[in-house]
Order: sequence, then C-alpha cells, then structure tokens
Amino acid sequence: MLYQPDRSQYPDMGPDGKLDIDLSSGKYLKLWQGPQHPGITGNMSLELTVCGDEVVEGKVHVGYLHRGFEKLMERRSFIQCFPIVCRICVPEPDFNEYCYAAAVEELAGIEISERAKWIRTLILEMGRINSYMMYLGGQAGALGMGVIGQWTTYVRDLMLDRFEELTGARIYHMFIIPGGVRDDLPAGFEDRMEETLKEIEATLKDVQEVMFQNAVFKKRTKGIGYIDPSLVDSYGITGPNARAAGIAKDVRADQPYLVYPHLDFEPVTGKDSDIFTRSDVRRRDVIMSVDLVRQILSRMPKKDGPLMAKLPNVLHWKIPRGETYIRGECSRGEYGFYVVTDGSGYPRRVNVRGPSYTHAMSLLQRMIVNVNIADVASLMVSLHTYPPEIER
Amino acid sequence: MRELYEKLKTRFPLGEFTDQRDNLGFITVDKDQLRPVLYHLRDHEGFSHLVLLTAVDWIEEDRFQLTYLLSNRTRSVDVGLRVMLDRGEPVMETIHDIWPTAATYQCELREMFGIDFPDSPGVMDDFILEGWDDLPPYRRDFDTKKYSDETYAHREGRVTHDPAEYMKKQLYPDEV
Repeated sequence: MLYQPDRSQYPDMGPDGKLDIDLSSGKYLKLWQGPQHPGITGNMSLELTVCGDEVVEGKVHVGYLHRGFEKLMERRSFIQCFPIVCRICVPEPDFNEYCYAAAVEELAGIEISERAKWIRTLILEMGRINSYMMYLGGQAGALGMGVIGQWTTYVRDLMLDRFEELTGARIYHMFIIPGGVRDDLPAGFEDRMEETLKEIEATLKDVQEVMFQNAVFKKRTKGIGYIDPSLVDSYGITGPNARAAGIAKDVRADQPYLVYPHLDFEPVTGKDSDIFTRSDVRRRDVIMSVDLVRQILSRMPKKDGPLMAKLPNVLHWKIPRGETYIRGECSRGEYGFYVVTDGSGYPRRVNVRGPSYTHAMSLLQRMIVNVNIADVASLMVSLHTYPPEIER
Repeated sequence: MRELYEKLKTRFPLGEFTDQRDNLGFITVDKDQLRPVLYHLRDHEGFSHLVLLTAVDWIEEDRFQLTYLLSNRTRSVDVGLRVMLDRGEPVMETIHDIWPTAATYQCELREMFGIDFPDSPGVMDDFILEGWDDLPPYRRDFDTKKYSDETYAHREGRVTHDPAEYMKKQLYPDEV
C-alpha cells in the first residue's frame, strides 16, 4: 500500500500556486539538514519547512564543494585534463576517466586496442561494485543499521586492494588514459579477484538476510518514496531509480559501449518504485556486476600488441573543431561528458552530466514534500545522490 | 541521423547539420524555432529525454551556443540542438514547461554564463555562488587567476621542519 500522509495540517495554496507558509504563526519550522549531517551524502544541505513531523517544503542547496573543474579544464592541455577528471566523483571516479578519454579519442580519431577496452570495462565494473557497497552501507545507516555499513566497507576495502595492485592507487586511479589504459593486469590478478568476489557474495548474502528481511527496514522503506514511472522522462531519471520503476533502461544494454556487446546480462528491474525496490535493484545489480567481472576475466583476449594507441606529442596535441557526447551507465544512472574542441590545444568546453543533477535537485525537491522528517535521509540516500556531480 | 535532419528540414528552417556518429547528430536551430522543434522531436520522434542543457562561449565570434541534447531511449539515438545567441543580449526562452528538470540547468546557466531565462522558476536564486557580483565565472573573459589575486590575500608557503629535530627542540629546548 502506498504511503498516504495526513494532509489536514498542510498549508493552503496561494492563487499563484505557491504555498502560503507563515513562519510567525508558530505552526511551521525551518529545519536545516546538512551540510554537516550524518544523513547527508556529501556536502549539500536540505532546507526543510516542517509542520509537526512532516515536511511541507524542501529546497536543496549546493555550492559547498564547487571546485570549477569545467573551467579549470579550459586552461589545460588535453593530457593535463586527464588527472583532473577523476576527482569530480570520489566513490566512482573511473567513469569520468572513461567518458573524457572516449570523447577525446572520438574527436581526435584515435582507435584503442581490444584488450584496453576489456580492461576499461573491468575497471568500470569494479568501480560500480565499490559504489554500490558504499550505497548499501549508507542506505542501512540512514535507518539506524550501522553494522551493515561496516560489512560493506570491509568488502569495499578488499576491492580497493585489487584496484591498488592493478592501478597503483586506491581511490583516484588515473588508469583510463586517452589512448588506452596505463598497464596490463598483474600476474595472478584473476585468482585474487576471485577470492574478493567470493567475499562480496558472502557479504551480500548476509546483507540480504539482515537488511532486506528485517521487519523494521521493510516497514520503513516499502511504499515510501514512490517515483511514478510517468516522471521518468520529464525529470530525466536514469539508472536504478528508473529501473526500479519498471523502466528497463540501461546504457550498457541500450547503447553498448566498450565490450558490453560481448557480455551476457539483462538489466535488473523492479516494479514497486519505492525505497525498498530501489535498494533491492542495486543489491541485485552488484550480483550482476560480480558476474560481469567473472565474464570479463574469462573472456578477455590475450595481449597481442601494445595497450596504448600511438598518440601525437601530447605537449603539442591539437584537436580539430568538433563536439561530441559520450555516455555510460554508472551506478547512479547515465553519466556523460559533452566535450567541445576548437582546433587549439585546449578543450573549448567540457560539460559533465551526472545523474545526481536531476535526481538530487528537481526530483528530490518534489519528492521530499509530505515525507516524515525521519524518512528524509533514507529517501535522499535511496536516490543515490553525489553532490560533486551537481557542482562540477 | 541525416534522415531525421532531412525530415525535420521539410517542416522547419534549420541550420548546419553535423553527423557525429551513427547515433548522434547536432543541428543548428534558430532561436525562435527551438520550441516547435523540441515539441516535434518529443511528441512525434520519441526524443522524450532531455539529457543536458549547457552553453559554450564562442567569444571570438561574439556569441553563445546553447546545446539542448535530447535522447530517444527507444531507438537509442541522440540529437543535439545548437542555438546561437548574441553575446551582447543573452536571453533565451525557458523550456521548464516541457521538461521541469530544465529549470535547474537554466538556473546554473544564468549564474555561470549570465544567460537569462525569463519566467524560469527560481532562475534568479543563488545556485552555487552566493552573493556573486563579478562577471559570470564560466565566461571566457573571466580570469580566474586575476580574480583570485584581487580577492584573496597572498598566503606564504608553509615551513617544513625535520620531525626529529623539531620535536627535540619542542620537548628538550635546554639541550639544543
């Protein structure tokens, strides 16, 4: 049954359609959630107007970590931009590297080697598992189940070990470089990855039993935070948020990039479109990613040439005038880079399209109305928002 | 993509077409033709998803380029509509009534590029910058270095100590 709040206390609408909220009446209260708050992912804040326990109006404020990446890149050569882009998104930085590298390669007419494509796909799926692990911990934590976060952080750490041996770094890998990838897989990587995947599967089984079968979790997530499927197009909803509403859209399947055409998978969907379904879609997405990593490692062709394509002198690398858009399916939805070049050695414009831009702003502001204060954190986390994507 | 362009051209006056990939093309559209083209693409061609709305500053040509990127999720093709605006009069019609999410993009473009979208909800609200009174920062003529030098005081570099020597000095000043 859908969540039906008591609307008797809600303010009247003015003739202009705006809410008539008089703070001096003592009936309403302004409440700030964030920017420092355990129920907020990243640095953003929610300005909530509450009446009793329920939110009557919510406004999202961003601007706490604007670093001006898009502007910075306009003053840097194409290769100097490469180490910057991963810093746009901490929990899943590899998508920035892939989208930027693919856009530059397309505009410069560079073809990358087959094995580099497989390694790129492997990195992206590893990053996806990591991002979902953080999400599962956050979603459980928003409802007071702190121990789930400890388990998922543990397995995420094991995956960071695999990242470290593959790329030399744990968080910002700077591995997917325009022209290919920096290195090949180390010896014995497949075996160690298999051990990690087994640990992840065991943890997921525990999470399924302790979190998804927990009566409190079910009670506080089922029927709450409903997204109507008709909003999916008008609000630009993508990824698990759309798939939980029964819209089976996944860029990996719809516009296959890298080596996804060679892999067997079906987009994970749900139908209830509430917090529980979105969490469950993501849990099942991890299981699919674990399977994809296994498929990639078993089907990857042997190395038969250099991993890196031949690049021009990167210090004097000029790319002809053009524009393109490259997208990929990250853990939160459609991630894309719109890159414009003007024939010089610097990009004219780089625009990052993160899924949180629509999920955390216009959608969250609409959904947050009529929600109980105690459910605000859980609702926000269920949209899987990362503020750095909003203010690049 | 060329097929779509030819089809659209029979209905609307269109500008230059760039065939970027099999599933991505860019079309230049007149400012006053944008709305009918958007409606047509959304209602008759299945381009129901607004992927992004952003601007490019072509300062040498004295114009801004607005890019409306639309996606047809059923056929998995994208089309980018380019609208050129006079840099001296950067005003554009809002499209938040077609895609509500466009209001956020328009708010950001007003703040970062100084392009106005009258009647867009909350377009004059602060989005990222609070109390900004300088040139919109994403314009090409905004100099970040100059702004930084003028706004913030110079901070000296930090002094680096040898940890062993430093702690010795702190803990046993008499022995040094």
